[in-house]
Amino acid sequence: MVRSGTLILSVAARLLLPLQLLFSLFLLLRGHDEPGGGFIAGLVASGAFALYLFAYGGRAMHAMLKVSPRDLIGVGLLLGVLSTLPAWWQGEPFFTAQWWTVPVIGFKASTPLLFDIGVYLVVLGSVLTAITALVETDRENDA
Amino acid sequence: MQLAVLGGFVVAGMAPLLHRWFGARTPQVMALLPASMAIWLLGQWPTIAAGEALLLEWSWVPGLDITLSFLIDGLAWLFAMLITVIGSLVLVYTGDYLRGHRDLSRFLVVIVAFMMSMLGLVLSDSLVTLFVFWELTSITSFLLIGFNHADLSARKAAQQGLYVTAGGGLALLAGFVMLAAAGGSWSLAELMERGDTLRDHALYLPLLLCLLIGAFTKSAQFPFHFWLPNAMAAPTPVSAYLHSATMVKAGVYLLARLHPALGGTETWTVTLSLVGAITMATGAFLAIQHTNIKKLLAYSTVMALGTLTLLLGLGTPGALVAFVTFLLAHSLYKGALFMVAGILDHETGTKDVTHMGGLRHVMPRTAAVAAIAALSLAGLPPLLGFVGKELMLESALAAEHYRVPIVVLAFVAAFLTLAVAVIVALRPFFGPPRRTPRTPHEAPPGMLVGPALLAGLSLLLGLAPGWLDALVAVTVAGLGADDHEVHLALWHGINLPLVLSLASLALGLAVWRRWDRLRAHLARFRPLMARGPEAGYEALMAGMVAGAEWQTRMLQNGHMRNYLIVTLLTLLGLVGHALFFRHAPSLEVPLDLYLHEAMVAGLMVAGAVTACVMRSRLAAVAAVGIMGFSIALTFVLFSAPDLAITQLLVETLTVILLVLVLFRLPRFVTLSTPTERIRDLVVAGLSGTLVTLLMLSVLAGERLPRISDYLVANSQPQGHGHNIVNVILVDFRALDTLGEMFVLALAAVGVLAMLRFHAEESDAGRTPAQERDDG
Repeated sequence: MVRSGTLILSVAARLLLPLQLLFSLFLLLRGHDEPGGGFIAGLVASGAFALYLFAYGGRAMHAMLKVSPRDLIGVGLLLGVLSTLPAWWQGEPFFTAQWWTVPVIGFKASTPLLFDIGVYLVVLGSVLTAITALVETDRENDA
Repeated sequence: MQLAVLGGFVVAGMAPLLHRWFGARTPQVMALLPASMAIWLLGQWPTIAAGEALLLEWSWVPGLDITLSFLIDGLAWLFAMLITVIGSLVLVYTGDYLRGHRDLSRFLVVIVAFMMSMLGLVLSDSLVTLFVFWELTSITSFLLIGFNHADLSARKAAQQGLYVTAGGGLALLAGFVMLAAAGGSWSLAELMERGDTLRDHALYLPLLLCLLIGAFTKSAQFPFHFWLPNAMAAPTPVSAYLHSATMVKAGVYLLARLHPALGGTETWTVTLSLVGAITMATGAFLAIQHTNIKKLLAYSTVMALGTLTLLLGLGTPGALVAFVTFLLAHSLYKGALFMVAGILDHETGTKDVTHMGGLRHVMPRTAAVAAIAALSLAGLPPLLGFVGKELMLESALAAEHYRVPIVVLAFVAAFLTLAVAVIVALRPFFGPPRRTPRTPHEAPPGMLVGPALLAGLSLLLGLAPGWLDALVAVTVAGLGADDHEVHLALWHGINLPLVLSLASLALGLAVWRRWDRLRAHLARFRPLMARGPEAGYEALMAGMVAGAEWQTRMLQNGHMRNYLIVTLLTLLGLVGHALFFRHAPSLEVPLDLYLHEAMVAGLMVAGAVTACVMRSRLAAVAAVGIMGFSIALTFVLFSAPDLAITQLLVETLTVILLVLVLFRLPRFVTLSTPTERIRDLVVAGLSGTLVTLLMLSVLAGERLPRISDYLVANSQPQGHGHNIVNVILVDFRALDTLGEMFVLALAAVGVLAMLRFHAEESDAGRTPAQERDDG
């Protein structure tokens, strides 16, 4: 049922994808102080890829994404778990947030940020996994 | 020592690798591990002998008072020695018994892991760690009984053993929790000193019952004795090690360990001594009905475990001395006899003693070992078994409660055990030679060294029981009988126990002479025996399967609406109960709202109603969408931008997903009857009403200190973030979020699996019409 190829959708998807991804990164990074965060950013990114998928089909989206959405889930979970470890190393209770400031640019790196990136990837991976699974079985049934 | 035990598990895991390096000699190499532990334990003997308990502290989860501390006193030392020494011998024995077996390395992995679990069990000071090791022994025992997994009876026996012991383990866990609550500590060392508090505690009876169920299932006490003989489906080294010398004694160990804390009350004495005495007699009685040498020995193990429980129940200093002596004697001779049984099976190809005969000519050494060990089992002088049995009879004669039945049962057990011993020692080795499936040879030295050593010890310690005085005295002191002078001797003078021993000798020999005829007589009672505890177990398991089937059909029938109804009704019942019976629901409606708020609320209601009455799916989706966007609007009105954004995005993606799904669904039809729809309406209406009442009560109820104040105050100083929602998600409640991440990932995997699976099924020749019927 998903037909790719209407001109407006194709053009819009191609133009919007980088903007939406950029916006999702923006939401992710500012999330700790302003509205945003990993969950929202992940949803925005999934929306971007879903639009691209509708415009160009599943294969093109996979080529665009390079990795399987399922791997994104795995990496996200791994990051989430990894972010619990630095506290352990410091001898503090499990999951205590750790903050470091990168010297030259003054960027604040932290385990909550790492954790938020994990959330982002899990959300993105999960939504895309579900959507591609639905689209693919759809394709099979059509054939 | 903790490191050695934990490292032992690693060594166990490395067995396949070691097998590649050392080939057939791997078991002997791995035997070095328990052997070195035994040497370390020997080095600790002077401390133990001085009556001091070694407490090796090791903190594990300090916040929960869980430690990996080891407590080595006389009792633990004795058990640890038995585990490591017999463990080494069993590994050496395995080297020849399973020579060239395809799954040798798998066997080694599990048996060494078992060895370490068992060591951890007897050395642990914390109840939690003890329980963990306890369950590990149940699991490794399951794997070992089912080692020949191609054999149906082995699988069944393994399952039975696991269900019985793990079921008891659950009771044990409950008992431990109550014990810790009553005693105020998880540490055994501390609990042992709080005996008086524990015995007077209101929880004493329930916790004792739970602990006893745990111990009785593990140690195969009546009525749970049936799993042990079935467990003989395991390879013989396992029977020799787990099911006679170590694991089945774990229950007895626990009882002994808790004796200072819980023992001495009338409940304890009566329960333990009666259960013990009945187990003794049952075990011995069932033993003589079997001709399979391993079953004979297994039932006599049941008898011995009963004896140990009985002695602990009596609890007098004399009985405790008898307990320790009998424990040691039994481990030595029963280990030896099982290994001999393994030799016979290995060399002749049969386990049936009536099919063997005259083997002393071909295997004289095995015959000698078997004779010595069997004499000890029979309780004849000059072996350690005799010393143990005399002490046991003496304690039974001094019983305070139910003396007559206990003495009678003990006497019956004694003479039947003697008959078993004579059968095991004489049948295979004397009489005319018989044809066996394999031509017998003398056993290889690796298989003989273990039983020979154990039998030799039985003889040596029987001749000089005085050597054990110090060990027995230290162990007994740890059991709660301080300052008790211990003098073990072979010759006690002519007294009542000796007379009873002589009588049991005469009766035992008589049973042995008429064994074949007796079996034929007893065979007639078989239909009656089929109604024993084992039948109860079978009925229970069958009932459980039937119950599971029933509830699956009822509750999990694949219809979404049923799941929803069950969930909602449960929620209604629980929340409704709490709301109406614990709090008075409030019906006050504070009506101070603005017009635009009312409009948003009205929009929501309209969306919900439209979604219900629409006859087109797309329209219903749109209506649900209206509801979602109105909720987002509400978040905006009450200044929660994060939630509003999230809600909007989720709504958008939901529409995308729903559209994708909708096209795959069959034509819209009404599946439920009018009555069903009225039922659904009632359930939905009730849920809505309940939630409304709940919200009103929450708003009207007393203001509890609000957690959001804390979060607002600490978000910036502690979480370094101004966005409180995000700080909560990734910092304050990050563990919850991590859990949600896993849920999300699982959901995605679930969708994928379901769609793929379904696609494959339809590829395999299903028509769309069939799918429609199922959907």
